[in-house]
Amino acid sequence: MSDLVPVIPEIFILTMTCVLLLVDLFIKEDQRDIVYWFSLAILASAFLLTYQGQPSERELVFGASFVRDSLSDILKLFVYVVSAGVFIYARDYLKLKGMYKGEFFLLGLFAVLGMMLMISSASFLTLYLGLELLALSLYAMVALEYHSARASEAAMKYFVLGAVASGILLYGMSIMYGLTGTLNIYEIQARLLEAGDAGRTGVAFAMVFILVGVAFKLGAVPFHMWVPDVYDGAPTAVTNFIGSAPKIAAFAMVVRLVIEGMGSLHEQWLQIFLVLAVLSLLIGNVLAIPQTNIKRMLAYSTIAHIGFIVLGVLVGTADGYSAALFYTLVYALMSMGGFGVLLMLRREGQEIELINDLKGLNDRHPWLAFMMMLLMISMIGIPGTVGFVAKLWVLEALIHEGFISLAVFAVVMSVIGAYYYLRVIKTLYFDKPDSELVMTSNWDSRLLVSANGLAMLVLGLFPGLLVPLCVAAFAG
Amino acid sequence: MTFQMFLFYFFATIQVFAGLRMISVRNPVHAALFLVLSFVCAASLWILMEAEFLGLLIVLVYVGAVLVLFLFVVMMLDINIAQIREGFARYLPIAAVAALVMVVQMIWVLNDKVFKASAPPPALPEYNNTEALGEVLYTQYVLQFEIAAVILLVAIIAAIALTLRKRPTTKYQNPGEQIKVKRNDRVRLVQMKAEKNEVEPE
Repeated sequence: MSDLVPVIPEIFILTMTCVLLLVDLFIKEDQRDIVYWFSLAILASAFLLTYQGQPSERELVFGASFVRDSLSDILKLFVYVVSAGVFIYARDYLKLKGMYKGEFFLLGLFAVLGMMLMISSASFLTLYLGLELLALSLYAMVALEYHSARASEAAMKYFVLGAVASGILLYGMSIMYGLTGTLNIYEIQARLLEAGDAGRTGVAFAMVFILVGVAFKLGAVPFHMWVPDVYDGAPTAVTNFIGSAPKIAAFAMVVRLVIEGMGSLHEQWLQIFLVLAVLSLLIGNVLAIPQTNIKRMLAYSTIAHIGFIVLGVLVGTADGYSAALFYTLVYALMSMGGFGVLLMLRREGQEIELINDLKGLNDRHPWLAFMMMLLMISMIGIPGTVGFVAKLWVLEALIHEGFISLAVFAVVMSVIGAYYYLRVIKTLYFDKPDSELVMTSNWDSRLLVSANGLAMLVLGLFPGLLVPLCVAAFAG
Repeated sequence: MTFQMFLFYFFATIQVFAGLRMISVRNPVHAALFLVLSFVCAASLWILMEAEFLGLLIVLVYVGAVLVLFLFVVMMLDINIAQIREGFARYLPIAAVAALVMVVQMIWVLNDKVFKASAPPPALPEYNNTEALGEVLYTQYVLQFEIAAVILLVAIIAAIALTLRKRPTTKYQNPGEQIKVKRNDRVRLVQMKAEKNEVEPE
C-alpha cells in the first residue's frame, strides 16, 4: 500500500482522465465547456495532491523504478500550471477553428501523465514508456486539424523523426543495460562509479546514443530540424503546448539520464554538451533573424533558449543544474505567454501568422501589447524581468567553473537575439495598424495573460520566490 | 563454431538482409513481406536465447496479426511510389557517407572487447519461461505494465479522433422510416389516355 502513496497524483490524473473520457461521450456539442472546466479542475486537484504530499526525502517505489523527490515535485507543479495555462489560452482559439473537441483536452491530460512519469522515472523502462506516452499524445494533437495539409505534414515529420530518435535512445539504453546489467538509474550510477575508468569506451558508446535521443527531444542543434516545421505547421494552440510543458519533461530526462545516471561520465558528456550548446545558441539566434513568420521565429528562439539550458547543465555542479532548472521553468512560462498572446488575436478573421500581423497592437489593445512586450523583454533578458535572472544565474555558474569564453559567447549571442525580439516590440508599438485586429478571447485568457506577463516582472524583481526551490531540488 | 553459433549467424544474416530489402524494394507489398521474414528471424534468435515465450509471441502477434493488417492497408491504399522515392538519389551519397562513418566507428568501438560477459549458465530443465515472465510482469513491473496499457488507450483515442469525421454527404438508411412507409408514399396511380404511336411515313 505504501508503494502507492507517492504515485497518488499519477493515479488521480489517470482515473479522472478516464472519467472525463466517458463524460465527453455523453455531453452535447454546445456543452463542451464542461470538459474544459473539468480538465482544469483535474490539473488543479493534482496540483494540490502533489503539493500536500511532498516527501521529506527521496522515495523509491515499484521495484525502485519510480522516484519522488523535491526535484520531481517542483517539475510536476510547473507542468500542471503550464498545461492549465495552455488549455485556457487554447479555448477560444479552438472554438473559432472548429476544433473545440474533447480530444484536445484528453490527449493533453494524457501527455501530462506521460510527463509526470518521465519526471519521476528511476528506471530506463519507466522513462521510455513515459516518453512514448507523451510523444504519442503530441503527434495526435498536431494532427488534430486533419483537413489542413500543413498540420498533417508537420505531424508526419514529427512522428517519423520522433520515432527515429526514440529508436536511437532505446539502442543506447539497451547497450547500457548490456554493460551494467541493470535498468535502474541509481544502480547504473553506482556501477559506473565502481567501474571507474575501466570499460569507458563501451559506456561512452552507449552514452552517445542516449544523448542523441535526449538532444532530439530537447530540440538542440544539430537535432533541431523538426522544431520550426512542427511549430509552424501545428495549430497554434498545440504549438503552445509542445513549446512549453514538454520542455520541462525533457529537462527532467536530462537530469535523470545524464546528471543522475551518468554523472560520473561528466568529462565525456561535457564535450558533447559543449557542441550542442554552442551550435544551438549560434544557429537558433542567427536563423531567427530572417524569419517573418512569428511561429517560426519563436521556434528558432526556443532552440537558442535550449542552448542556454544545456550551458547550465554542462557546468556539472549543483549550482549549474539549479540554474538550468530555473531557466527551464521560466522559459516554459515565457513561451506559454508568447504563444498565448498570438492565440488571443485575430487579424481580419484569420489567425496570427506573421510578425507584421501584430502591427499597431498598442493602438487597439494597449494592455495586451504591454504584456507581449514584457514577455519579449523577458526573453531577451533585460534586467527587471525574470529572463535576466535566469540568464545571469547560468552565466554566473559558468564563470564560477572557469568557462569564461563560453560565457562571453553566450552573452554575444543573447545580444544578437535581442534584435528579433525588439523587432516584435517595434511592430507592436511603432508600426501603424493597417487592418482590423480583434481580441477574440474570453475573460479567462485575459486574466491569464495579465498574470503571465506580470509574473515576468514579479519574478524578475523578487527572484527569491523561485530560486530557493530550484536550489533545494539539487541540494540532496 | 558450435551449432548454436551457426544458427545464430544464419538467422542474423537473413534478418539483416531482410531488413535491408524491406527499406529498399520498390513494391510496398514486398516490403511488408520482407518485414515478416525479418520478424521470423528475430523470433528464431529469441528462441535461441531461451526466450521461447517471447519468440512465439512475436510470431503470433506481429507476423500473425499486425503484419496481416499492415498488408491489408498497403494493398488498399494507392501509394505513389515514384513520388515517395523522389529525392532518394539526391540524399543517397551523403546518407551513405554518414552511415559508413557510423558503422566503422561502431565496429571499432565494439571490437574493443566491450562486452566481456561470458554466456549465462543454461536454464534448469524445470525452468519455465512463461511463468517467470508472468511473475515479474504483474509484480515488479506492474507500473510499467499499466503505462503500456495507457499508451494503447491513447493510441485508440488518437486513431478515432483522427479518422472519425462526420460527412454530411453520406446517405444513411433509417429503418424506422422504412418500416412506416405506406404504399401511397411509393406508388402513384396515374390515369392516362391511350396514345397512338404515329409512325411518320418515309
